[in-house]
Amino acid sequence: MENVLFLACIEPDGSLGKTARETLAIARQAAAELGAEFCAGLIGEHCEPGSRTAAAAGCAALYLVEGSAFGISRYATDSAAAEAIARAARPTLVFAPAVSRVSRFIAGLAQRLGGRVDTQITGLAVHDGQLVVDRWFYRQRIEATLTRTTRPWLLTVAPGTMPAFDGDAAPTRIERIAVDLPESLQRTRVEGVQAPPGAGQTVRPDAELLFVAGAGWTKPQRDGQSHVEQAAQLILGFLDRTQASLGGSKSLVDVGGEGQPVLPFLTHLNQVGQTGATPRHPKGLATCCHGEEPHVVGWRFINERRAINLDPNCGWARGKADVLYVADAFAVMRKVNELLGG
Amino acid sequence: MSGYHVVVCGSVVPDPLHPLEPVTGPNGPELKNEMILPAVFDPWAAHALYEAAHLVQSVPGSRLWLVSIGPRAKLQQVMMTIGQKVVLQLVALDGPAGGFVDAAATAEALADAIAAIDGLDRARLVLCGGWASASRGAGAVLQMVGEHLGIVDQFQGVDELAVQPDGALRVVERADGGLNQVSLCAGPPVLLGWATGNRPEPPNNPQIGMQNMRGVMPALQKARPAQLGMDGLRYCCAQAPRRRRETRIVKDMPVDEIAREIVAWIRG
Repeated sequence: MENVLFLACIEPDGSLGKTARETLAIARQAAAELGAEFCAGLIGEHCEPGSRTAAAAGCAALYLVEGSAFGISRYATDSAAAEAIARAARPTLVFAPAVSRVSRFIAGLAQRLGGRVDTQITGLAVHDGQLVVDRWFYRQRIEATLTRTTRPWLLTVAPGTMPAFDGDAAPTRIERIAVDLPESLQRTRVEGVQAPPGAGQTVRPDAELLFVAGAGWTKPQRDGQSHVEQAAQLILGFLDRTQASLGGSKSLVDVGGEGQPVLPFLTHLNQVGQTGATPRHPKGLATCCHGEEPHVVGWRFINERRAINLDPNCGWARGKADVLYVADAFAVMRKVNELLGG
Repeated sequence: MSGYHVVVCGSVVPDPLHPLEPVTGPNGPELKNEMILPAVFDPWAAHALYEAAHLVQSVPGSRLWLVSIGPRAKLQQVMMTIGQKVVLQLVALDGPAGGFVDAAATAEALADAIAAIDGLDRARLVLCGGWASASRGAGAVLQMVGEHLGIVDQFQGVDELAVQPDGALRVVERADGGLNQVSLCAGPPVLLGWATGNRPEPPNNPQIGMQNMRGVMPALQKARPAQLGMDGLRYCCAQAPRRRRETRIVKDMPVDEIAREIVAWIRG
C-alpha cells in the first residue's frame, strides 16, 4: 500500500503558498485514487496557519519541523528537516511544490532516502493502481508519461497544474520533530532576498499578460538610428498600464555584452526560452522578436499568443502565434499606450 | 596549498535549432537519429564552465576539471569548440547523454568519476554545473552528485559568485518571483548550480585549443564506458507536441486599428 506525503516549506507569514496548495490538492487526489495513507510534512519558522490548511485536506498525520533556522532557504537545514520528516512518515510517494526553495534540495533528499525523483510534473493519473506522471523533456520540446517502481518516489509539481486547495482546520495528529543542527550544517548564512537591480519590478509571475521584448527594439529604425530611450519609455509605459510581466529574448539580453545599446531594466532574469524561463500566463504579446524555436520553447505554457513584427515570414507566422501583426512595434505600442490611458 | 579545485559537470545536448522527434528504443524513448543530430555543450553547463574558468584564473593555485558523460564521438565534436575557450582537464565517460536517462544513474557515474580524479583535494572542491540540463531539465543530477560527495552547502540558480577577503563565498541565487537570494558560505566544499551567470562566452583561442588538445584527446581515448541503468523507470509514451496554431497574419491594417484590437484582447 502506498503512503503519500505532502512536503512543503512554509511562507514567511506561516501560510502555504499557491503552488504548495496546488500540490496539496494533487497529493490529496493521488492518495484518494491510490487508496493510500495521506500525511503532510511542513518546514518553517512557524507553521501556522499553513498546518491548518494541510490538516483540512484530510491528512492523517502532520509532521512539523519549526524554528528560526528553518525559516530560510538553505540546503543543509532544509534537507536535514525534510529527511527527518521522511524518516518519521516513511512515505512511498512524496509530493512537493516545484518552487525554488524545494527545488534546491528535493533531489538531494531523494539520494539520501535511496529513492528517485522526478521534477516539474505537469499531470498525473492512476492506471490499474499504478501512478503515472507527465513531464516535459528537452526544454518543453517533448512530453513524456512515465512511472517508477522504486520507492520512495519524490515528485515536484509544476505551478498551475491544478487549482489550489483551500480549507481551514480539521482535527489531525500533529508530531513536532526536533532536528539537530551541528555547526557543519550552518556554514552558510543567508543574508536575505532582494530584487536584482532594475529587473525586480518587471518580473511578475502572477500577471495575466506576458510582454516579451525582442532585439528589434534596440536596432536602427527607418531613420537609420536606434531609439533605445524611446523603446524603454514605450515598454515601461505599457508595463505600468497593464501590470504585465516583462520577458526578453536571449538576443536582446545578450546585446549588452556585445557593446550595443541596451534596455537597462532587462536582465537575464527576464530571459524567456531555451536558456531562460518558461513562464505561465494566460496571454503573451511578443514584440520585435522573430519567434525562433529556442525562444518559443519558453512559450509552451502561454495560452493565447500574439506578436508584432515587421517580418511576415518570421517564426511566429509558422503556427507559433494566434495572431501576427506585421507592423512597426514602436507605432503600435505608442497607440496601445494611448488607448490604455493612465 | 591554496586555490580551489573546481570540477564542472556538463555534457552535450542537441542543437536547440534542430527539431526533435522521439522514437522508441530498446531501453525506452530516445531521439530519432540521435547520433547524427548536431550537438552543442549544454547551455547552462557552459555558463558554469565560463564562471569556473574565471574563478580559477582569479585565484592562484586553482585547477579546473570538466567531467562529462556522453557518446565519445559527440564529446569529441563539442570539445573542439569548448576546448578553445577555457583551459581545462577533461575527464570523459563514454555513455548516453540523452534526456530520458535516469538522473540517479548519471549522478552515481559522475560522482565515481570525480572521486577518482588524481590529485583532487575534496576540502577545496567547488563543484559546478548547470542548474538544469537542456535535455532532462530536472535539476537533479548535480544535487545527487553533491550528496554522493558529502557536500551540504549547495546553491542552485546561481548568477553571481564573489570570494570575500576572509575566504567566504558570497553567492547570489535565483528565487521565485524574479528575486535573488544572497548567502555567505564559509568556503569549500561547495556546490554551485549555475544559471546564466554574468560572463559572456569567451572567444575561441587557438593557443588554448592546442594546449587543451594534448589532454583532451587522450582523455577521450581512455573514456570508461558508463552503463546507466533505468532502475525501475518505465516510460509509457513520449511525444513532441503536435499543436500547431492557425496563425492569422495581419498585414496592411492601420496602426490605430491594430492597437484597438490588441487593447480589446488584453482587456477581454
